[in-house]
Amino acid sequence: RTLATSMEYLSPEGLRIDGRRSHEIRKIVCKMGIIDKADGSGYVEQGNTKALATVYGPHEVSYKSKVVHDRAILNTQYSIATFATSERRARIRDRRSIEASRMIREVFERAVITDLAPRSQIDIYVQVLQSDGGNLCASINAASLALIDAGIGLRDFVCACTSSCIDEIPIVDINYVEETARGPDFSLAILARSEKVLLCHMNSRTHVDHLERITNAAIDGCKDVFTVMNQTVRDRTEGQIATISVDAL
Amino acid sequence: MATEIVIGSLRPKPVVPPIDHSYQIVSPGDIITTDTGFMRGHGTYVEHDVIKSSVAGVVERVNRLICVRPLRTRYNGDVGDVVVGRIKEIGQKRWKVDTFSRLDSILMLSSVNLPGGVLRRRSAEDELMMREYFAEGDLISAEVQSLFGDGSLSLHTRSLKYGKLTRGCMVAVPPALVKRRKTHFHN
Repeated sequence: RTLATSMEYLSPEGLRIDGRRSHEIRKIVCKMGIIDKADGSGYVEQGNTKALATVYGPHEVSYKSKVVHDRAILNTQYSIATFATSERRARIRDRRSIEASRMIREVFERAVITDLAPRSQIDIYVQVLQSDGGNLCASINAASLALIDAGIGLRDFVCACTSSCIDEIPIVDINYVEETARGPDFSLAILARSEKVLLCHMNSRTHVDHLERITNAAIDGCKDVFTVMNQTVRDRTEGQIATISVDAL
Repeated sequence: MATEIVIGSLRPKPVVPPIDHSYQIVSPGDIITTDTGFMRGHGTYVEHDVIKSSVAGVVERVNRLICVRPLRTRYNGDVGDVVVGRIKEIGQKRWKVDTFSRLDSILMLSSVNLPGGVLRRRSAEDELMMREYFAEGDLISAEVQSLFGDGSLSLHTRSLKYGKLTRGCMVAVPPALVKRRKTHFHN
């Protein structure tokens, strides 16, 4: 029985399996407004992980029993496409998807200013089109862009990133291979500027001494993601203004 | 018949006018001002005496009021707006109309013109005959009479120019692109 050594995941020169350094996040691509039918849509690629989010609303609540008189309710759905993983998935909605849906809802219940739309409902649907680690975080980033695209009030950008630890060296934005390694896989979602934590989730076990290191690495990763997301939003807003004549503004 | 095929890369790119930097663009969480003399309007929120933006859009300053208007949002009605809506359902003495807003708009039975005179009292028969006037799926034009407390619109068709729309084609455009004008009916 061979022991997989940690050297596999982090070379002596400090390079990871895909050639990144420990503090570098994957190549990130952000797009907004690609689905016309939805009120808002966001698409995020982090490395090979691709997530697409659509937002509908605010609109009337579908189930009258769920109406809240002073704020909007959120309805979230997270799913991984059957073609997203290397082996075709048999089930679309499993327990993990339902749990992730709930986590996304709890994240955005804190970020969306729901008092502005009493008695309404906001739907957030996220689908992972290609899965290579950090699915939940890419989904949260995509949903954040979709909500901004829909003109729904948010306290701040919600940015999410994963992190882990190899031989006490924290690494940021782990891919699928690093996720299945022995180390922890830690997901963090924060409000970008105030660094308030909205989601703090780990599936594995790790020593408590590593926690601060991993958390700080994840916060730095989130800030890098925020830089790209902010630029995307600004470019899109400028592009929209350019196509509207001066009178209409 | 021969078809002309244009390769995407050779198609002339649409001319986008140069960006006007006199507008201040903000994104959610941006600090608009730390001056406490301003009042906050739509699209902003206050945290620790600082006015921050909650949407991505353009900052509008009117005297001491600061708003941020997003460029793509649901229709926010105002009293006096002329709207086109589709009847969604029929309730007790009211129709629910879809106007692409946050909540369904309401058209009260007492706000429509019924045959037999303007000041006729609405009877129980009128209530049962509601589907004869407007059925589900009908397209109507109406004017916003007032706003309810939760922001939903109360419509009325108390004029000959409002009512059911027939024989035409509906084109849906984003609400942010429609300017408010004195008259919305054009021939």
